[in-house]
Amino acid sequence: MSAVRTDPPAASASPVRDTPPALELRGIDKRFGPVHANRGVSFAIARGTVHGIVGENGAGKSTLMNIVYGFHRADAGEVWVHGRRVDLLRPHDAIAAGIGMVHQHFMLVDNFTVLENVVLGVEGGRRLADGLARARAELERIARDYGLAVPLDAVVEHLPVGLQQRVEILKALYRRAEILILDEPTAVLTPQETDQLFRMLARLREQGKTVILVTHKLREIMAVTDRVTVLRQGAVVHETATRETSERTLAEKMVGRAVSLQVEKTPARPGGVLLAVQDLEVRDRFGVTRVRRASFELRAGEILGIAGVAGNGQSELLEALAGILTPSRGEIVFKGAALVRGGLGPRARRRLGLAHVPEDRLRMGTVAAFSAQANAILGYHDQPAYNRGGLLRGTAIQAGCARKMRDYDVRPPDPGLRLSAFSGGNQQKLVLAREIDCDPQVLLVGQPTRGVDIGAVEFIHRRLVRLRDAGKALLLVSVELDEILGLADRILVMFNGEIVGEVASADATEGKLGLMMAGVKEESV
Amino acid sequence: MSAPGRLPRWADLGLLPIVSLLAALAASAAIIAIVGESPWVALRLMAAGAFGSQEAAGYTLYYATNFIFTGLAVAVAFHAGLFNIGCEGQAYVGGLGVGLVCLGLDHHWPFWAILPVAMCAAAGFGAAWAFIPAWLQARRGSHIVITTIMFNFIASALMTYLLVEVLIKPGQQSPETREFASAACLPSLSALLGRLGLNVSASPLNLAFLFALAAAAFVWVFIWHTRWGYELRTVGQNPSAAVYAGISPPRMMLIAMLLSGALAGGLGLNEVMGVQHRLLLDFPGGAGFVGIAVALMGRNHPVGIFLAAVLFGALYQGGSQLSFDLPRINRDMVVVIQGLVILACGALENLFRTPLAALFARWRHPGEGE
Amino acid sequence: MHPASLPAPARLAALTAMLALLPLAAAGDFLPAIVYDFGGKFDRSFNQSASEGAERFKKETGIAFREFEITNAAQREQVMTQFARRGVAIIVAVGFTQASAVEKVAKEFPAVKFTIIDGTVDLPNVQSVNFREQESSFLCGMLAALASKTGRVGFVGGMDIPLIRKFALGYRAGAQYVNPGIEVFENMTGTTPAAWGDPTKGAELARSQFGRGADVIFHAAGATGIGVMQAARDEGRFSIGCDSNQNYLHPGSVLTSAVKRVDVAVYRAFMDAKNGTWQAGPLFLGLAENGVDWALDEHNRPLVTPEMEQRVNQARADIISGKVKVPEYRAP
Repeated sequence: MSAVRTDPPAASASPVRDTPPALELRGIDKRFGPVHANRGVSFAIARGTVHGIVGENGAGKSTLMNIVYGFHRADAGEVWVHGRRVDLLRPHDAIAAGIGMVHQHFMLVDNFTVLENVVLGVEGGRRLADGLARARAELERIARDYGLAVPLDAVVEHLPVGLQQRVEILKALYRRAEILILDEPTAVLTPQETDQLFRMLARLREQGKTVILVTHKLREIMAVTDRVTVLRQGAVVHETATRETSERTLAEKMVGRAVSLQVEKTPARPGGVLLAVQDLEVRDRFGVTRVRRASFELRAGEILGIAGVAGNGQSELLEALAGILTPSRGEIVFKGAALVRGGLGPRARRRLGLAHVPEDRLRMGTVAAFSAQANAILGYHDQPAYNRGGLLRGTAIQAGCARKMRDYDVRPPDPGLRLSAFSGGNQQKLVLAREIDCDPQVLLVGQPTRGVDIGAVEFIHRRLVRLRDAGKALLLVSVELDEILGLADRILVMFNGEIVGEVASADATEGKLGLMMAGVKEESV
Repeated sequence: MSAPGRLPRWADLGLLPIVSLLAALAASAAIIAIVGESPWVALRLMAAGAFGSQEAAGYTLYYATNFIFTGLAVAVAFHAGLFNIGCEGQAYVGGLGVGLVCLGLDHHWPFWAILPVAMCAAAGFGAAWAFIPAWLQARRGSHIVITTIMFNFIASALMTYLLVEVLIKPGQQSPETREFASAACLPSLSALLGRLGLNVSASPLNLAFLFALAAAAFVWVFIWHTRWGYELRTVGQNPSAAVYAGISPPRMMLIAMLLSGALAGGLGLNEVMGVQHRLLLDFPGGAGFVGIAVALMGRNHPVGIFLAAVLFGALYQGGSQLSFDLPRINRDMVVVIQGLVILACGALENLFRTPLAALFARWRHPGEGE
Repeated sequence: MHPASLPAPARLAALTAMLALLPLAAAGDFLPAIVYDFGGKFDRSFNQSASEGAERFKKETGIAFREFEITNAAQREQVMTQFARRGVAIIVAVGFTQASAVEKVAKEFPAVKFTIIDGTVDLPNVQSVNFREQESSFLCGMLAALASKTGRVGFVGGMDIPLIRKFALGYRAGAQYVNPGIEVFENMTGTTPAAWGDPTKGAELARSQFGRGADVIFHAAGATGIGVMQAARDEGRFSIGCDSNQNYLHPGSVLTSAVKRVDVAVYRAFMDAKNGTWQAGPLFLGLAENGVDWALDEHNRPLVTPEMEQRVNQARADIISGKVKVPEYRAP
């Protein structure tokens, strides 16, 4: 099978209506055992457009894209590219058909240069040097045409994330992709980098390329797409031109009911200082300083948000507060106890009333192979409620888990089910239930709604605010600006390990925070 | 997402091993036929050789005793995410502990007093031998697979030195200690049952078998029903989550390896105190390595390990009977048959998992095939 | 009646009964058996030599024999019990590791004859055959010293056990008998049974001894010795073989072999038992009994000068007559 190749069409922002669609799906159906991931999905994407695909986690977006990219094979249905039916058995077939994909987690070899990464797998010829020289010329042309400047000889691991993503796009274009699939491309970008990406996508569209944007961020859908398809439970439930719809409509279609995107909350009534951080410096496992002399206070009855682009020290700050990383200097005072000098670990801090919902629940917050009830005692398994003289109290553990599941609407409410069988949102609700259940004074929360569906987001946000209103202190680390803006009463912004500014939530705007997140100090804003 | 469906639990634990076993037997039958013997006769000889008489069953369970101890040892370490290949050496040194206790006390103390000391020595020496690799892994990051293999060699060198230079019975050619007095011998099961008025033919099966069953029960309670077992499994499944929960992975690794070594040391009780009644060279005879296959096949669960250990005991005993009765099937053929079973049940279990899972998926959703 | 014509449970029961009771030999028939040690009967050395003795018996008398190669320690006792129970007249156990099993089973079956090779069991129905390896090693040591130009000779043993030390001690004494000032290097290959089957390591040890100036090396290391002899040929030096006559392996490089006639011991045990002349008790086979010797054949004839041959044969006669005493290794 050969890719359908045409010369770039004349620049035109409007979809070309008289040509066959760039991509058309007809009745795609896919099952994984009992899971019906895609149910008769059909839609068409016109050439030279940006098409959004939205849906909650588990709605079947990834499966669908993996079918289009040849990772999975559909049980039934057809894929048509530029008016031709194609058989996609492997990614190789998809590439040959002119389909390129930029994954959420980049598929780059970190210690190769940009050039080496781009030609990887299509070196061409027996001698590497010839292939590289040809590739260099070709890439320079592509970079000129699409405004995609990347230093070709830089080693990938030294590039900022935004540029790494650009390398992925270059890779796809170098393989002559006419259709470009981007899977959650903005998850790792600053607002400014996101803007740049969107400008780049517009340029690609002008050059006649077709872009498919898979995301759960409705704002981005509204900002850049021409049309949007909504998936729910594996099926297409809504398809429309973007300018004829709204965020609220899309959200309702995704969830299947009316949702509130705004967190309802009253102004905070801060009380006394519960947690004081003084001059904290944290190094990671490789000795690199990740948090530089951070000082702040956390009061009862407030939510303190920490904003920042991923990787600017928020994770390490959170882990240091929870007792997982040991700070190289500075002190954390909680309820009069010096946690660092006292050498108090996560277990001791929990007993004092400092609970922690970690950023990455699968890596740290849960054990995927354990049952829900075993996960519901993680970190609290040594408490008398759950064990007597070392023997675990099976009945109490099960009953406790069932109660938490009831209170936090975890579905299915089966304590014996393996954690990995639950959806992201339900896993997160279980973690939240576990950490809030023992009535902590301070709750550290990292990315509470990462990979969580909209319905659950609403629920989790309400619970966090309710906890604040009960007089507890919350420290919220999130890379989702919307979340920080919606929940926090005060916002600290971190850049390169430093707290570069503090903003009261009433004064905070996305633009202001975005600049601070990019390293521009508060005073000059 | 991309997993091709999961098997129901009963099929995963029951059906899959049986299908694998049947496949291995079919392959063995083909080989036996090529050699010119009737596979059917050979199979019946093997079955009868393993379970056909009290004596045969006694031998099968005697072999199984060793495999239960080493299988449990491998499984406990595995639950903590560690691959203990050193059971052979730990069992060897555990047996040394038993031997030293027996040699030192057999003429002075009665049996009931020697037994607990010998049990502690078996566990203690085995655990001590596991401690050094465990410490190196936990605190220095030296890979435990490498260090435990090395410690097998060191154990063997140590034992050879001790038996050739120090513990050898004076004036004797073969490197063995003197025989223990009867106060330091575990009673055979036939003697025990004889005391209850039951006549059972003699075999090496001895009291250590009951200890092995007790050890299996202990491991079950420890791993699934105690706080420490929970912590150990957490470390094995997700070390980051363990740190998050305030569990120290290095500490749990040490505990797991100590327990693993102690269990492996149990083999010393069976061989040294139960059967040989003396210390001799190489008495673990590879059971430490068979333990890996047993744990793998038994899914690291004591019940599975018991069943797998009995299966391997039957393969050992039945295989020995097979080569005794059909000289054309020599000992290397028997090893091949045993190897096929290990291959099918351990390494190749996914060979049958995928088609079985597909079959189940189709059965549950009829009319919607691939 | 053929078992297949019975219903299934009865068939199994019948089979079991057959297994347990069916004698291997019809009443009155003479049936000998042999149990090999871990090495197996094709180890080109000790066990193989035993197997050759049994085959020779079969060829000469037409009487078949039963054999078993063990794979783990517990099988020794089990197999001997089965042989004894099922009507075997004599059981030859090859190797010192079988001593404890022989002791146990011989006690249980006093009517069955047992012969243990390289071991000692003190029971009225056990014959213990031991070789005076130190005597042949002594002669090999003499030859090594006579052939050496550097005044340095080597010894590579297999596993470090008393038996191998016996070889080493006799070898050293023989070398010093010729040249009191001679230097003898000694290396053992390892501490596990793997030391008997590691030719690569044998070659390494040999090369290291050659490097230190040795020009003749005697091996008592089973298959490991193959590597020793290969290294000697590659370096243009001499090696001395062990157990069976290995002169033919590298003619011109193998100086001689310390031959141990395990085949003779097995053959004699079978023959004597058949003829009713078998006797229990210790049996020592040395130079006098032709149980051990040095090998001289067409392959090493050119290497052994008449003077060398004369001196070694003189010492051989002196040892037999008792004029020369060869030291024997005693376990601590």
